[in-house]
Amino acid sequence: MEGESYRGIWVFAEQRQGKLKDVAYELLAKGRELADSLKTELSAVCLGHGIDGVNELIAHGADKVYLVDSPDLADNQEDLYTRKLVELIQRYKPEIVLAGATAFGRAVIPRVAAILKTGLTADCTGLEIDADSRLLVQTKPAFGGNVMAVITCPVGRPQMATVRPRVFRKNQPDRARKGEIVKVDFDRQGVTSRTRLLQFVEDITETVRIEEADIIVAGGRGLGSGKNFDLLRELASVLGAAVAASRPAVDEGWVPYSHQVGQTGKTVCPKLYFAIGISGAVQHLVGMQTSDIIVAINDDPNAPIFEVATYGIVGDLFKVVPLLIDKLKRR
Amino acid sequence: MKVVVCLKQVPATTEVKVDPQTNTIIREGVKSIINPLDTYALEEGVRLKERCGGKVTALSMGPPQAEEMLREAISLGADEAVLLCDKAFAGADTWATAYTLAAAIGKLGEYDLVICGRQTLDGDTGQVGPQLAEILGVAFIAYVSKIEEIAEDRLRVRRMIEEGYEVIEAALPAVITVVKEINTPRLPSLRGLARAKGAAIPVWTAGELGLDPKLVGLSGSFTRVIRVFSPQRTSRGEIFQGELEDQVEGLINKLKEAGAI
Repeated sequence: MEGESYRGIWVFAEQRQGKLKDVAYELLAKGRELADSLKTELSAVCLGHGIDGVNELIAHGADKVYLVDSPDLADNQEDLYTRKLVELIQRYKPEIVLAGATAFGRAVIPRVAAILKTGLTADCTGLEIDADSRLLVQTKPAFGGNVMAVITCPVGRPQMATVRPRVFRKNQPDRARKGEIVKVDFDRQGVTSRTRLLQFVEDITETVRIEEADIIVAGGRGLGSGKNFDLLRELASVLGAAVAASRPAVDEGWVPYSHQVGQTGKTVCPKLYFAIGISGAVQHLVGMQTSDIIVAINDDPNAPIFEVATYGIVGDLFKVVPLLIDKLKRR
Repeated sequence: MKVVVCLKQVPATTEVKVDPQTNTIIREGVKSIINPLDTYALEEGVRLKERCGGKVTALSMGPPQAEEMLREAISLGADEAVLLCDKAFAGADTWATAYTLAAAIGKLGEYDLVICGRQTLDGDTGQVGPQLAEILGVAFIAYVSKIEEIAEDRLRVRRMIEEGYEVIEAALPAVITVVKEINTPRLPSLRGLARAKGAAIPVWTAGELGLDPKLVGLSGSFTRVIRVFSPQRTSRGEIFQGELEDQVEGLINKLKEAGAI
C-alpha cells in the first residue's frame, strides 16, 4: 500500500517574528513518544527568517530539523508557507505531520492537507499509535466537548493532526542531545501570494498572557458585573496571576475576548487555576481541565465545575474571595 | 458583489448523548438550527450586498430537512439558496465537504467572495473554509473580525490572531471565515419571512454537480470516525467543610503544601 514509503514523524514548528512558539515543544514531546513506539525518526520543520534557538527543537526531542530560512518568509505569508510545506512533505514523505491549532496553523494546515489529498483531524487531545496497523489513532472533542470522537486516516498520507497549545506538555530540554539541521532553500519563483500583510496591531490589554501564566484567576457569570472583576484582579495581583474569564463573562462585555478560556477561546494549562463563579459548562472545561490544580469557588454545590476541581469551596464568592485575599496578604 | 455564504444545519444543542449500543450520536428529538457561527457569515454577506449591491447565495450540503434552514437564511436576507443533497454525500469529512461545496460554487458561476463561519458547533474543526479556498484555488483569510474595505478586485480585512490582529489585503475572489466579533446578526424581517415562504430552493445531487459518487461523502473522505463516546468525569476533588474561615485556611494550606503558591 501507499503508506509503506512514508516514514517518520514531523512537527511543524511555528514561529512568529523569529520566535518559536511553545506549542512546537509540546508537539515534540508527544511526537517523541509516537516516534519511539513506531521506531522511527522525529523531525521538526521550521519556516521563517532569522529564527532564534533552532537548536532548542533538538533539545526538546527532534532528531532532525528541516530549516527553511528566507526573507520572503518573514511575514508568515500563508500562501508561501502552504506551498513550501506541501513541497517538503512530498519530497521527504513523513507518515505523520503534527501542527499547533493556532490561528496560523488552523489556516495553513487544512490547505496543506487539501492539496496533498489526505486526512486532517483538528484539535486532537489524544494521539497514539495502533501497533498492528501503524495508524495514528486520534481522539478529538466534538459538540463542544460533550462527545469524543476517535479518528484514523487509513489511506491518505501523511496522517495529519492539529493540537491546541497547552494540551500536551513539553519535556525538559536536554541541551546535550545531538541532532541534524537540514537547510532547505526557498525559491520564490513561481509562488504567488494572494494575500498581503499591511499591518500588525498588538493587543496591549493583556499584561500577563493567560497562555503563559503559572496561575490563572478566572471568573464567570457568577461575578455579576464587569466591575466585580476588580475583586479577581486583586486576588490575581496578590498571587502574581493572570485574569481570565469564561464565555458568558466575555459575551457580557465584562472582560475582553483575549482572556476567554474554553472551546471558542484559549486552552490553558497553568499550575493553578481558580474557577470563580464559573458553573463549568463543558465548553469551558475543555479549555482548562488539564491544569495541575483546579480550585472551584461556587455557591451551587451541584455545579459541574466541582467534577474537575482538585479543591472546592461551596459558598458565596463575594465572601470567600475577600477572605482569601486577606489571608494571602497576611502570609 | 456576488457573495456565497456556506451554512451548516446543526443540532440546537451540544448536549448530545452517545447511544452506548450503537456507538452513534443520538439525534432524535433534537431540534436543528443554523450553525450559530454561520449566522455571522450570512449577516456579513447581506451587509456587503446592502453596501455594494449584488447578490447573496446561501449554500448548504445536508439532508432534505436542511431546506428549512435555507428558508430561514432567505428570511434573514439571502437572495437565493441551494441545497446540495444526495445520499452519496453522507458521512463526508472536511475534505469531501469542501470538494462538494467547491463543485457547487463552480456551477453557480462567477463569484467575488465566499464567507464561512469560523467553525461548526458539532464537528468543531474549522477546516472546511481553508480547504474550500484551496480547492477553488483562491485567496483565503481566516478569523476575519472586520471587513475594512472592499473593491472590485480586492478586499482589506482585520484578522484576529493570538497576539492581536493583522490587517490583510487579498485579491478577489477569496474565501474568508468570520468570527462573532464581526457583527450582530439581525432578526428576520416580515418581508423576508414572506419571501422565504414562497422561495424555490433548488436541490442539487452529485449527478447534477458532475461529481463521481466515489469522491464524495464517506467514500471520498480520508478520515474515518472509528468510535464516539461520552467523556466520563468523576469527581476527584476535595470539598472543604466547616466554617468559611477554616475552609479558606484549609485551601491555602493545601496549595502551599503542593508548592502552588
